[in-house]
Amino acid sequence: MKPPPGLKLIDENGRRMDGRRPDELRKITMKAGVLKRADGSCYLEWGNNKVIAGVYGPREVHPRHDQDATQAIVRCRYSMSPFSVDDRKRPGPDRRSQEISKLLGEALSPVVLRQMFPRTAIDVFCEILEAEAGTRCAALTAASVALADAGIPMKGMVASVAAGKIDNTVVLDLRKEEDNFGDTDLPVAIIPKTGEIVLLQMDGHFTDDEFDVAMQYSIDACHQIHGMQKQALREKYLDAAVEKRMSEPAESEVML
Amino acid sequence: MSQEQREEAADIVVPGDLLDDSGRLKPGFNTYKEGANIFALRLGVRQMRGDQVSVLALSGRYDPQRNDLIIGTILEAGPSIWIIDIRAPSPVTMHVNDVPWKVDFGETTKYMAPGDTVLLKVAFVDEIKKIQLTMKDRACRKLSGGLVFEVAPSKVPRIIGRGGGMTNVIKTATNTRMFVGQNGVIWIDGEPQDVALAMAAVRKVESEAHTSGLTDKVKQFLQEHRRSGMEQLKRASLEKEWSSWG
Repeated sequence: MKPPPGLKLIDENGRRMDGRRPDELRKITMKAGVLKRADGSCYLEWGNNKVIAGVYGPREVHPRHDQDATQAIVRCRYSMSPFSVDDRKRPGPDRRSQEISKLLGEALSPVVLRQMFPRTAIDVFCEILEAEAGTRCAALTAASVALADAGIPMKGMVASVAAGKIDNTVVLDLRKEEDNFGDTDLPVAIIPKTGEIVLLQMDGHFTDDEFDVAMQYSIDACHQIHGMQKQALREKYLDAAVEKRMSEPAESEVML
Repeated sequence: MSQEQREEAADIVVPGDLLDDSGRLKPGFNTYKEGANIFALRLGVRQMRGDQVSVLALSGRYDPQRNDLIIGTILEAGPSIWIIDIRAPSPVTMHVNDVPWKVDFGETTKYMAPGDTVLLKVAFVDEIKKIQLTMKDRACRKLSGGLVFEVAPSKVPRIIGRGGGMTNVIKTATNTRMFVGQNGVIWIDGEPQDVALAMAAVRKVESEAHTSGLTDKVKQFLQEHRRSGMEQLKRASLEKEWSSWG
């Protein structure tokens, strides 16, 4: 889609509409453990995106025929609130939500030690309260924090961000106008600890070189986001570190 | 964040954090090893005991382990089995052969009926997490009377205390009988006001599990509330408990 006349996505100094450099993220804040009823949760604000993620489990699988006798299944539900966009979004699952739910579950599965909980389900719910481009990446980042907050054993965490192309310039973390009127969108999720890619989608076209630049921007940004995820979890449990100095653990502490 | 807080934060580890790369330490609870490196598997506090590095988990559901003493609720009784909720991911079946009484076919409800609370032992957990329960242990019995409530399973070690110290403090001060199941289910029996006070003390331990000098704090708390305002406390804690049941 062509931008409306007068709208400049990137200026002659290489600065974007909101003054960011091409490889700069929007402002991100996250807070772990915001829901009392859920086993784990996270609230994330990413630019104007507002996302809340809740995790339940490991728990019994319903319907029973979905259960795996050898490992847990990770189920994810991505849902946009009716008030999350300018025009009211019809509530409930639609084609897009179902697709994103599926890929979020598949992106989180590789980090969870599923074989530790056979015949169970780990349910992840991501609710988009306000959307402004990049909601799947925001949801995945929040879901990963919520999983860790729920005490789910994981090999690492998942961090996600999108790169794209506007006015023939590769940029990181597209905002709404850049997403709507830009040329390409490339959501990426990695496990920062191992560098494994767990999500990679592309809408539009990149040359080989542009793709390399976009991937490099995304991977660098994912490491940055991973630092924020760790910080959010640490802040929730900051006081807990005192426990170590206080005493030895009780004998009843169980071993994995 | 202050400097002191920064130092404390260094002890909190998140999944995937490197715990040791020297190759000299052994992986303990909630850790995994890749080559010579040991990483955290869960969110928790890094701990060293001898040459073992482990993570004390700060959250998570109950994961049954062999020999755990737990409190369960009977959900259903079949002709020769009981189905019991032990706060594990799924309810668990216990056969009549695993109880200390001789139960005739079809007479299970004479011994334990749906809704009863029982003190059980995890006899066995296999690799696909099939759980076998038993009541053939001196400690196991059906619990009658008293009040049952739940706490986070990750806080159980703190509520029990070192060698059962914390539980003993609460039991002695409140003159109650109390049992803390490894699955986070707690049973307390005694006079209503004593039970309310014991429950308030347990809730205090649960909410302040991360702070130091907790045993002294709880002793002080119990002394203060023994002297005055017991009725008020009873009402407040029961109301809080009921409201949390939704």
